[in-house]
Amino acid sequence: MKPFTSLTAVAAPFDMANIDTDKIIPARFLRKLRSMSQGYEPYLFHDMRFDEKGLIRPEFILNQSPYQGSGVIVAAANFGCGSSREGAVYALMDWGIRAVIAPSFGDIHYANEIQNGMLPAILEEKYCAVLRQNLLSQPGGLVSINLVDQSITGPQGEHYSFEIEPVYKDRLLKGLDDVGLVLEALEHIEAFEAQHFAKRPWLT
Amino acid sequence: MPKPQTLFEKIWSQHVVLDKGNEVLLYIDRNLVHEGAFHAFGALAKEGRKVRRPRQSLATADHYVPTLNRERGLDSVVDADAREMIRLFEYNAEQQGIYSLGMNHPQQGIVHVIGPELGFTQPGITMTCGDSHTSTHGALGAYAFGIGASQLKQVLATQCLWQKKPKTLRVTVNGVLGAGVSGKDVILSIIAHIGTAGATGYVIEYAGEVFRSMSMEGRLTVCNMSIEAGARAGMVAPDDITFDYLKDRPYAPKGVQWDAAVAQWQSLPTDPNASFDREVCLDASDLEPTVTWGTSPEEALPVSGVVPDPQKMTDPNRRLHAQSALRYMGLTPGMSLKQLKIDRVFIGTCTNGRLEDLRVAASVLLGQKAKVPGWVSPGSSTIKQQAEAEGLDQVFLQAGLEWRASGCSGCAAMNGDFVPAGLRVASTSNRNFEGRQGKGARTHLMSPAMAAAAALTGYITDVREILGGS
Ligand code: SF4
Repeated sequence: MKPFTSLTAVAAPFDMANIDTDKIIPARFLRKLRSMSQGYEPYLFHDMRFDEKGLIRPEFILNQSPYQGSGVIVAAANFGCGSSREGAVYALMDWGIRAVIAPSFGDIHYANEIQNGMLPAILEEKYCAVLRQNLLSQPGGLVSINLVDQSITGPQGEHYSFEIEPVYKDRLLKGLDDVGLVLEALEHIEAFEAQHFAKRPWLT
Repeated sequence: MPKPQTLFEKIWSQHVVLDKGNEVLLYIDRNLVHEGAFHAFGALAKEGRKVRRPRQSLATADHYVPTLNRERGLDSVVDADAREMIRLFEYNAEQQGIYSLGMNHPQQGIVHVIGPELGFTQPGITMTCGDSHTSTHGALGAYAFGIGASQLKQVLATQCLWQKKPKTLRVTVNGVLGAGVSGKDVILSIIAHIGTAGATGYVIEYAGEVFRSMSMEGRLTVCNMSIEAGARAGMVAPDDITFDYLKDRPYAPKGVQWDAAVAQWQSLPTDPNASFDREVCLDASDLEPTVTWGTSPEEALPVSGVVPDPQKMTDPNRRLHAQSALRYMGLTPGMSLKQLKIDRVFIGTCTNGRLEDLRVAASVLLGQKAKVPGWVSPGSSTIKQQAEAEGLDQVFLQAGLEWRASGCSGCAAMNGDFVPAGLRVASTSNRNFEGRQGKGARTHLMSPAMAAAAALTGYITDVREILGGS
């Protein structure tokens, strides 16, 4: 997994709360293999990006030229709620998004971002609101995120520190893979299983 | 005296393999797999890993299986991608030695229906599934939560996950539910009360008289939708209702092991003086049949209500969401919910596709005709057989509804069962997100009794008026 240390990129503001993973990637695309050339890029926010005829909806933010190269989304509360589909993260990443700044995230989606080396940065709603406002008044404005000191700098030089659990920060900085981390503990797992199932033989 | 513990804390501490302070390595007793697991299996294959303990997983095909012509097996799957997914799923399960209930197995069903039904879900266990509605299984007193593909891969490869301990929230509902008010109405009211992010970071324990006297089916409905309040999991303490439900199910312990298991399970309920990080209390007498009007499960109201006015909402994000919801749903503020004309009815899913749900819906429909088309898809093939043995299928068919095979069907519309754009559906499922039941489909979530009532009148209807109640 690619480590995440810092990022400076165009940021797109999403004002609406509760952006669910069905919106991020509609269910009908989940059957697709990710290994194709563009990966999940074509499916990101598909029904917001395209109309019924498959034509681009110009009013959708990621279709507007200053935001087309966005690497960051600044969202409102509860980003990524709903379905556990990791395809939502694949779609964001394959489109080019490496970080989402929001006051809160859907629990499973948050974990999925971490698992894929994407940064879910938690920032109070009042600061997210200022960032979104500034990004709208200055389309194409850049946001810089530094994971080491947990800081965000907005397009007008506004500076905030965001929250992330130390363990997740460490994983992202090092690009660690959890399976490897778990298998290091194999001896402990086997010892645990022996006593656990001795007490609960009906589970084996 | 040891410190009093909650149900969740007891299960959590019994599954800690390693404790690193701010994170623990948590052991996962049981894991459920469905067709969506192909990313996880693919990653395992790519990394050359094997499923470590295949007997601790159970697989079933549900999301992509057709509900028509099932006897034709894979040939009944119209969409080529979906057909390939089901084929790949059965191949992966077999390769890795996981017992699989394929699309034509007599015990096939929606993953969150078959877990409890087969007794694979049990009190006191930890359980995962690559699906957000894994919270369902907490109804039996398990700690069950949904995970994404990467974490599913980890569970398959290691049977463990690194986890941060969630906080605890107790939702107490005391009193007695009125006639026509079900588990679905209780959970929709709770979500409307605390919001879709109201329980993010928490595990909910449902407590109080209402849940104590609720059937296992009702508890499963409530726990199922915990995720719609953002919760990591929902749980109900195991009691005699739980044990009676589990006894003699295929995976349930037998003989002396049953007695030993029950003795352990009886030690699980929250200790009298244990404390929760947060408490929410509701009174059963305030709860009514409830329906959603918007595109988030929190956008729900008693059926007697009217479509709210976004302009009057103080929270700007909620206002924005409500404005967009009203546009999508084709509604204007002030409309009475009971004036909304329904175009389709869908009864089924892991929320409300169990035998009790079908019985209730059939009792409302009995001997009458539906005014709108619709379909019923039982939550499992076992339930389908049971319902047919009771003649429920005939009640639905005589009412003019279709009686289909078991699967997720129109809940997420992945199998080709969808609601056409612009049509309004009375649905017993759990998500009213934009496009969830088909592009442009307008979903109103409600209980099976309410969906049956809507079928009869063609409008959103208070089922109590049909039943002759208050
Ligand atoms: S019935 Fe719906 S919510 Fe339940 S598992 Fe299937 S798609 Fe998910």
